[in-house]
Amino acid sequence: MFTRKSLILWGLAFLAVSCSPGLSPQRGKKTIQNTGSDTMLNLAQAWSEEFHKIKPDVSVEVSGPGTAVGIEALKQGNADLVNASRRLEPAEAAQVKSNTGKEPKEFIAGYDGLAVYAHKDNPLEEIVLEQLAEIYKEGGKISKWSELGVDLKKICPSDEIVRFSRQSNSGTYKYFREAVLHKGDFKRGSKDMPGSKYVVEAVGGTPCGIGYSGMAYKTDHVKFLKVAQKKGDPSFAPSNETVLSGQYSIARPLFLYTIGEPEGELKDYIDWILSPAGQGVIAKIGYIPLKK
Amino acid sequence: MVGWIYLCGVSSIIFVFSIFFFVFREGAPFLRDRFDFKEFFFSPEWYPNSDLNKRYGALALILGTASVTLFAMLIAVPFGLGAAIFISEFCAGKFKEALKITIEILAAIPSVVWGFIGLMVMSPLIIWATGAPVGLNVLNGGIVVALMSLPVIVSISEDALKAVPDTFREAALALGATRWQVIYKVLLPAAKNGLLAAALLGVGRAVGETMAVYMTTGHSVNIPFDSRFPLFHPLQSVRTLTATIAAELGEAPHLHPDPSGNYPPEAHHYQVLFVIGILLFAITFAINLTADLVVKGIRRKG
Repeated sequence: MFTRKSLILWGLAFLAVSCSPGLSPQRGKKTIQNTGSDTMLNLAQAWSEEFHKIKPDVSVEVSGPGTAVGIEALKQGNADLVNASRRLEPAEAAQVKSNTGKEPKEFIAGYDGLAVYAHKDNPLEEIVLEQLAEIYKEGGKISKWSELGVDLKKICPSDEIVRFSRQSNSGTYKYFREAVLHKGDFKRGSKDMPGSKYVVEAVGGTPCGIGYSGMAYKTDHVKFLKVAQKKGDPSFAPSNETVLSGQYSIARPLFLYTIGEPEGELKDYIDWILSPAGQGVIAKIGYIPLKK
Repeated sequence: MVGWIYLCGVSSIIFVFSIFFFVFREGAPFLRDRFDFKEFFFSPEWYPNSDLNKRYGALALILGTASVTLFAMLIAVPFGLGAAIFISEFCAGKFKEALKITIEILAAIPSVVWGFIGLMVMSPLIIWATGAPVGLNVLNGGIVVALMSLPVIVSISEDALKAVPDTFREAALALGATRWQVIYKVLLPAAKNGLLAAALLGVGRAVGETMAVYMTTGHSVNIPFDSRFPLFHPLQSVRTLTATIAAELGEAPHLHPDPSGNYPPEAHHYQVLFVIGILLFAITFAINLTADLVVKGIRRKG
């Protein structure tokens, strides 16, 4: 029973727990809240781990729920550093300004060639952007592999193109919608995966499948389709050279955003990311470092 | 002291009403400004964040939830009922206790683990066994949800069978009925309200399940029914009401109205997700209420 004495004891116990060092930030230890793009999740984790080796007193807490979720956090002032696989829209920047009183500050950390994945046994080698749009967009005409001129009867008897896509909070989804579908909507019935990695895994397990995701997520079960800008143009697979030269037409910068000018540890962290050490991590993960 | 206990007692009522109030308040602007009954319930076009043409048709999502629930119950009700009959009528002693505990453990497996099993184990298995182009579909989600709702169905059915007085069994046996005849002709009719309630609570569990169906159904806005044989296609991917809320709430911007009280069109995405919440609330409320009334039915008969 709750007598007055036991209530006081409970109260003291509660105070003791809430003031214990385990639950309050440790002295001298600085954390950076880093959230946003799922495409950049493995990259951000690698940065955080490497940076922790150099500066053990700074810990960067990384999550990757999706670019849109990260930008929501930026608007609410809930994150120190937001990763984004697409550029902040002017309306979103205005909201950051009106909510927090500071302009969002943009950094380009590297590049990603948005890869188009197919199952490794798929005989198709290249695809034209227009065909990709016809496959994915609302009202698009292509739904069978034979319409792309390949015979998949052996591995995919239904001949149906199974479209893997991303759920709508993804920056990759929005980038694809802009760059490939020209702001049109997706055809109903695409399988919307909750992460970049899931798209590649799903395509790897589905011989009829096609999907788009960051180039760093490639596995042995899938292959890149070479992408041509227009019918008759040469086609290119995503790589350092083709992305930086602009030959690979669906490449995009990987962005970092802060609220206002970064200061202190946050500035150190961003400077380090843009330094050769941080850029080396990008190359190791499989994305493309900035031009020197 | 009595005040404290009273507060504890009514707290659940307070919670339910505050949740309902909150969900309704967030969804209300959509219901006022944009809601179109015909579009919401009869159009499969779910494009809440389109740049060119925003559409809020939830038909495919409603049918997605319905198809997964239907498929799960086709598996779980016969299995659960069979298990309950076995536990209560054919089983005794240590084995009975062990079986009951194992079924309780089935209920304790977190839903994300079920989702993981569906994604990594069952999906390739389904492709291999059926030749379907994709393993994330109604079949996969239905099996996972069936396993998740089995414990509820088994334990409530078993309670219902246990509640049938032993004198019924003895009388039937004395008349020369076999063991099966006792079950078919006496126990099942006597316990039918409780068994129906068990099935209904299983349905409630299936409708509300989120994470596991998000991971196993393919999350694809698609209607798995059409006029081709056999009308219902469990090998197609679907998307459920609950998974849509889970996937989209984080990105949907929570915007405030302008001084004259009007919301920008981008605000409707957040609000329509709460309207889906209201719909889910109404569905589960109706199911639970029916189950409650059905159970009350047995009590009154004694």
